Amino acid sequence: MKTKVGIIQFPGTNCEYDTQNAFAALGCETQILWHKEDSIPEGTDLLVVAGGFSYGDYLRSGAIAKMSPIMKAVKEYAHNGGKVLGICNGFQVLTECGLLPGALKRNEGLHFISRHHNLKVISKSNTFLNQCDADDILNIPIAHHDGNFFIDPQGLSKLYENDQVLLKYTDEQGKISNPNGSIDSIAGICNKDKNVFGLMPHPERAMESLLGSNDGRRMLEGFLSA
Amino acid sequence: MKAIVNVFLKNGVLDSQGKAVQHALSGHGFATVSDVRVGKQIIIEMNETNAESAKAKVAQMCEDLLSNTVIEDYTIEIQA
Repeated sequence: MKTKVGIIQFPGTNCEYDTQNAFAALGCETQILWHKEDSIPEGTDLLVVAGGFSYGDYLRSGAIAKMSPIMKAVKEYAHNGGKVLGICNGFQVLTECGLLPGALKRNEGLHFISRHHNLKVISKSNTFLNQCDADDILNIPIAHHDGNFFIDPQGLSKLYENDQVLLKYTDEQGKISNPNGSIDSIAGICNKDKNVFGLMPHPERAMESLLGSNDGRRMLEGFLSA
Repeated sequence: MKAIVNVFLKNGVLDSQGKAVQHALSGHGFATVSDVRVGKQIIIEMNETNAESAKAKVAQMCEDLLSNTVIEDYTIEIQA
């Protein structure tokens, strides 16, 4: 049976169709869900909060989106064990609404960064990265202004204790290379129950070697095998 | 009634924008500048007559939306 993927769209979201393409290429049934909806379609296997600039990033990235009607349904879906993936602005929305710990601050260098970056797989014992190997190096595009992951020291130790740190920014050799000031160079995390995932890089933009990298496939394929 | 909300990064959370402004001011000859913090101010007009109830509502707004308490602190001033 086809994996059924719902992709959340706010005003200002701009990666929903790339995300739809990526999951369609993996053989999934996809559906875009407008933020005014107040329920998640029956049988949805994965919800993706796609990247972009919801509400123009006004106030704080992801802050206004968390007040949208659909977010109540997303929270309920996640609390019932449903799988949720937040990419870039989607990650910001998930931290803002409390489904993921921490916050995303302005990049340390204050610049918008848009380029390919290497990521090291820190933990593969979760749905998302189960097709990768620990210490794998993945080449994935990043494109963000507010990607500087912050969490207080207690929160950080909890992340490590529960194996919630999924990805770190590195160089090709796997040595830490931090583009935006994120604490411990963290690029992606999950919640304690390992059903909500968030990352700043864009796996949906790394689906074809012709376009620079297809490492994103291995990441998103994790959701098919679940 | 008017509420003036100031939102700033918490102490201990690096304020990159504040640092950049500080460097620019120091480089411009303002030698006595020792620290700069950049925040935002949100001004809310409310149909309220009771300052205390207005403040409580604005505090709830700050917790729910206006600030991210993971990284930010806020102050509220109510003006008649």
